[in-house]
Amino acid sequence: MADAGSDMADEGATGPPGPSGCPVTDWSTDFDHTDPQYAARAPEIWDELRSSCPVARSERFGGVWLPTRHADVASIAHDTDHFSSRGVIVSVFEPGPGPVGYAPPITSDPPFHETARRLLLPAFSPKAIRPLEPTTTALCRELLDDLVERAGEGGVADAAIEYAQEIPVRVIAHMLGVPASDGDRFRTFIHRIMETGGQNDAVDPADTLSAYLLDIIEQHRGSVTPRGDLIDFLLDARIDGEALDEDHIVGTVALLLIAGIDTTWSAIGAALWHLAHHPEHRARLLAEPDLLLMAIEEFLRAYAPVTMARKVAREIELGGRTLEPGDWVLLPFPAANRDPRAFDAADEVILDRAKNRHAAFGLGIHRCLGSNLARMELTVAVREWLLRVPDFELADPSAVRWSAGQVRGPRTLPVRLRTITGPSSEEAA
Amino acid sequence: MRIRYDRDACQGHNRCYLLAPELFDVDDDGYAVLRVEGEVPEELRGKAQLAVDNCPEYAIGLDGD
Repeated sequence: MADAGSDMADEGATGPPGPSGCPVTDWSTDFDHTDPQYAARAPEIWDELRSSCPVARSERFGGVWLPTRHADVASIAHDTDHFSSRGVIVSVFEPGPGPVGYAPPITSDPPFHETARRLLLPAFSPKAIRPLEPTTTALCRELLDDLVERAGEGGVADAAIEYAQEIPVRVIAHMLGVPASDGDRFRTFIHRIMETGGQNDAVDPADTLSAYLLDIIEQHRGSVTPRGDLIDFLLDARIDGEALDEDHIVGTVALLLIAGIDTTWSAIGAALWHLAHHPEHRARLLAEPDLLLMAIEEFLRAYAPVTMARKVAREIELGGRTLEPGDWVLLPFPAANRDPRAFDAADEVILDRAKNRHAAFGLGIHRCLGSNLARMELTVAVREWLLRVPDFELADPSAVRWSAGQVRGPRTLPVRLRTITGPSSEEAA
Repeated sequence: MRIRYDRDACQGHNRCYLLAPELFDVDDDGYAVLRVEGEVPEELRGKAQLAVDNCPEYAIGLDGD
């Protein structure tokens, strides 16, 4: 687990000084995805770079590239010979060697990758996720009851903090068999890992994700009756007749926890942010509920939260630049999704967009394992919000704060609840 | 019109299954499974086109008219 601790770069280590504290003045030669300016206006930065410097380089983080064209992002995602997944979060720390990595399978390269991924695929298939929908619906309704009760009609609630943030934490905790009441602790661990690029202050080694998970896994091992959750599933799993080693189990649980929370929270928040200032889209979704199927994919395209990363494994040319082994490469799927070469009217949200090959869940062999779970949560969260709060608006547009780093979404989203309807009397779908 | 489905290119995005469940199922691992052999019924041509136009991996194509 030492691996996960150092590679995830949040955990108590003191490393080389981070690049923060030095604001970016030229995004084509010195970008920093953890800079507050990037949080505030990443889509504009991607648009500028795509036309002026489509494969940008920065010397920060030991050397990192930022491609912004769909074609380049797709070619990197599909090229596991030149690009390794042993590092997927750009950090001032050097990730360990492949091919397993610190959080399999996301950090694994072929051929081990497929072994680790196949193990998990059945648990996240559309048919495996569907039974979680009624639980998720009930959970969203409960959160809305509380939020509406507290704010009242005409009052202000924070859709990111009081609603979006709570949904994935509770759903993934349920799946993994960890207490939902630990939500605040998960979020602290995740924030350190995902949004600061390893630049946080030193932390107590006992208060780390690794230590937390080892404890939870020990509790599962010691339990007489199996709970049937994902941790039990991993403890029972075998590869070539062998139980998974502890690093593999801890890494995979960490991955499932981290990958499912900030990301889905961001997607839900961004969709609600959009709807808060697009009354015509609210009206259309209320009038045509079946349209949600396509609208959700359009929100995922326009506001894809996740940027992944790779380590260059072998020298390769891209967009006239030479990428050297050891360089970091950011894979901004959200930028690819806004490339006008790949999407008509790329900067517009078109709810019934008929051609939408968005890459919000990545491309290639590392396609987001939890995509069906995320899609279900996002669909339920938006549907239930609109039913309960059909009319709402940004209470103070200048108070909306977006996250920096590799997961982009609104972290504060104060909205005024203009119209509230009574709690739904229907059974959870 | 016939559907061409490339299992090697499919990464289990499940967009076809969501948009055109009459034409695509999913297996236990979440990869697409083609439900129609041969010609696509007239009334499902629109859905077949949607499946093609929403596959992020270009794993689905249409042959003939």
